Amino acid sequence: MSGFDETLLDEADETVRVRLVVNGRKVACEVSPRETLVDCLRNALELTGTHAGCEMGACGACLVQLDGRAVHSCLMYAVQADGATINTIEGLTESGVIADLQAEFHRRNALQCGFCTPGMLVNAHELLSQVAQPSREEIRDALSGNYCRCTGYEAIVDAIDAVAKARSQGGGAT
Amino acid sequence: MTAPLTSLDRPNSYIGRSVPRPNAKRLLAGRGRYISDLKLPRMLHAAFLRSPHAHAKIVSIDVGAARALEGVHLVATGEDLAKICTPWTGTLDHFKGMTSAPQLPLPLDRVVWAGQAVVAVLAESRAIAEDALELIEVDYEDLPLVVDIDGAREAGGPVINPGSANNICFRSHLDSGAVDDAFAQAAHVVEEEFSFGRHTAVTLEPRAIVADYDPAAGALTVHHATQTPYQFQDLYSRHYGIPEARVRVIATDIGGSFGMKLHVYHEDMAVVGLSILLGRPVKYVADRIESFVSDIHARDHRVRARMALDAGGDILAVDVLDLTAIGAFSTYPRTSVVEGNQVIRLIGAPYRFRNYRATLEVIFQNKVQTSQYRAVGHPIACAVTERLVDMAASKLGLDPFAIRAQNVIADDAYPQTSPTGYRFEALSHQACLKRLHELMDYDGLRAEQAELRKRGVYRGIGIATFVEITNPSPAFYGVGGARISSQDGAILSLTPSGEVRCLISVTEQGQGTEAIIGQIVADQLGIAQDHVKVITGDTEVTPHGGATWACRGAGIGGETALQATRALKRNILEIAALILQEQPSALDIVDGEVVDAVTRNQRMPIAEIARIAYFRSDTLPPGTQAQLTVSHHFAPQGYPFAFTNGIQGCSLEVDVETGFIKVLKHFIVEDCGRVINPMLVDEQLRGGIVQGLGAALFEECRYSETGQLMNGSLADYLVPMPMEMPDIVIAHVETPTADTVLGAKGVGEAGTAAASACVLNAVNDALAPFDTTINSIPITPVKVLKALKRF
Repeated sequence: MSGFDETLLDEADETVRVRLVVNGRKVACEVSPRETLVDCLRNALELTGTHAGCEMGACGACLVQLDGRAVHSCLMYAVQADGATINTIEGLTESGVIADLQAEFHRRNALQCGFCTPGMLVNAHELLSQVAQPSREEIRDALSGNYCRCTGYEAIVDAIDAVAKARSQGGGAT
Repeated sequence: MTAPLTSLDRPNSYIGRSVPRPNAKRLLAGRGRYISDLKLPRMLHAAFLRSPHAHAKIVSIDVGAARALEGVHLVATGEDLAKICTPWTGTLDHFKGMTSAPQLPLPLDRVVWAGQAVVAVLAESRAIAEDALELIEVDYEDLPLVVDIDGAREAGGPVINPGSANNICFRSHLDSGAVDDAFAQAAHVVEEEFSFGRHTAVTLEPRAIVADYDPAAGALTVHHATQTPYQFQDLYSRHYGIPEARVRVIATDIGGSFGMKLHVYHEDMAVVGLSILLGRPVKYVADRIESFVSDIHARDHRVRARMALDAGGDILAVDVLDLTAIGAFSTYPRTSVVEGNQVIRLIGAPYRFRNYRATLEVIFQNKVQTSQYRAVGHPIACAVTERLVDMAASKLGLDPFAIRAQNVIADDAYPQTSPTGYRFEALSHQACLKRLHELMDYDGLRAEQAELRKRGVYRGIGIATFVEITNPSPAFYGVGGARISSQDGAILSLTPSGEVRCLISVTEQGQGTEAIIGQIVADQLGIAQDHVKVITGDTEVTPHGGATWACRGAGIGGETALQATRALKRNILEIAALILQEQPSALDIVDGEVVDAVTRNQRMPIAEIARIAYFRSDTLPPGTQAQLTVSHHFAPQGYPFAFTNGIQGCSLEVDVETGFIKVLKHFIVEDCGRVINPMLVDEQLRGGIVQGLGAALFEECRYSETGQLMNGSLADYLVPMPMEMPDIVIAHVETPTADTVLGAKGVGEAGTAAASACVLNAVNDALAPFDTTINSIPITPVKVLKALKRF
């Protein structure tokens, strides 16, 4: 035998009750201490719009809005999110806060396979809530932790740029 | 150059219009349905114990403790799966003399690369399955390693496959014209050795599969993130002995593929077998490190090449040796030799010379398998050719545009056959060169470069002409015995409400297949695009076809849709003619209305024809049987491939202190024939170029001397991110193929084909004042500093 300590597994089996406000609704989950927030969102809460791409905070596919900030849900344990308010792509869509971004991404085809897209939108939303009129350079810089293998990024930058301009003019992007 | 007007150029045409993709809204709302999202009742999760050794004998495997762990349902080794799965061999008949070792889902007695799956565990959660992996003990006995081209070719060195005389998978030799004479008579010869590192697809969604075998029905359903569901239906059926009609493969949304997800992977075959063993759904999603060590890699070439020119700068001959190292066996079912084969057949393709000689040697080594990834072989062929052309230009004192203009096959000289036997129907190198010169303001860039050089700023300008293989016929795989279709099929129905449902065999990976098929159907029938529903990716409902790869979706799938729609339209107009007491030829359909073909006066909605045909057939003349569903197949005929062409340009800056390269702007003029959706074509080009820029500057799978992948994470393996990537300026020339009515050729690989060549030329242009060259990809800062003797 490898000298494996059976108690490790017992600990892994233990679950902790975590309470969250997800997309405007109070939820409670039983999670194991080793479970990441992205796994909790995707498995227990069935919010599969948040994706796991690299599981080390490098690709941005798992970004969610946690207490108002874009956070890598793969870099947090679910237990660490206890008491937090979380908005995922599903909630941001339903509330309509990113509707102009989504419409502009659609119009310019700023997505192909769509796997990076929820994370891109969460990050774009955060950028535009902090900088009203970012330059293209600032947009590219803000997205530098969001990996997209399909588009080459230009259409994404264009879409965010267009929405920023439209928002600051007080109109819709489309 | 604009294509002549055809029947497609009519009012309200959807062909040629930038229409957004209808299916993209789901993805934007987080409502994608990827295989990694899928959960089925009683589903178990698979995890794999992987070999830590690149080459070793398996002495023993102890799975007792793993089996005993609560929540574990099955621990399976190679022997368990060998009982139900027949082995596969990655060879094709038209690659004469190629060899490869038979493969099983899990190995019986030997591992041949570090990361190879050895034992599978099925458990109630992935976490429990991974816990169980920790409890498995495998005893290995190291075997001698082969981890590079030189080691593999060393006389008396280790041989990977027992019973083989050497590590050669395949050799090929091409010889046409009089190469030795041409070199003997040449006024100028340029020669170089090039190296191209291994890189990999790095799709953001890793490989994902859920296999669901129902023993009661004797039926297998596989939810598989793949480009090619029909190919896998055939393979699962044959290797597991299940009748084809009882194997269903469903490919829903897929988080990127680029050629990587159409190969057979050991884990995927294992997951199917595990589901059969337990009669329960089994899910496996690779994590990122598993992707790096088990997805196919690509490239890994060392090319020695020389080019002969006359005193005036006309290319006379090219002579090439391509050594390429694959994995320990050839990939199934498309092999690992197609890339090398395309390298030696595409070198020199844009140019007029007649004397060509090339040798290809494909070599086994103890690394993960390599196979087809976006632009298969093109980036290597293009970089070798275009760098030699630039070296020649520099030697002769010619401008890069001038030497190309002098040597490309003239636009009015087609059809042409290349020295390697490729038949070109019609290409447009001259038009593309001219257009790129204007597009990039070449003279302005050169003036700016000269000015900046005085201030110690080193800008480089590079261009690269390319030819791309698209719309492959059976000459690609079928002739070699692979059950991979080059035809596609569509089933079109007019629904009772007068809308259209199109089931088609080409598949969607985000490039917009469903969108362009919808455009073609709507255009050809004469209805609004939002009245067309396109369904792809399910072998149970869509007809058998090649699906989407090798840039065939628009050209072959699109033509299939076009012909099927014309057949449906004929049937609709026949019924309309009966109802309206007209000749069918006197009628047409516009915006969902049957109209008088001449006056365009509305006669009746097609919804009314559907209503009558489906619900009041009693009111039609006796003997009338309305056929409002048609099925249609289309196989490409005529030219074996629809070649496309184009040229790319790049402006970049090399920081000679740090070695960093900043791409400032990239340009492409591309000719993919008929453009169906300009926006989607441009986005294919941009995405393709950025993958090529990644290969040029960042991406490389780095291995240790013991065959361990050193950078298998997204923090260590560098991919192009938004900050490093330039804006990309695009222009088109349209030379439709006459082999189809639609005239479309492929475009998905054009960007990747020439981007790295372009960067290579631009970097060398920037370094020209330093009298040094770089001929190795990726061009990392270290390579730049070494070339400058500053590292």
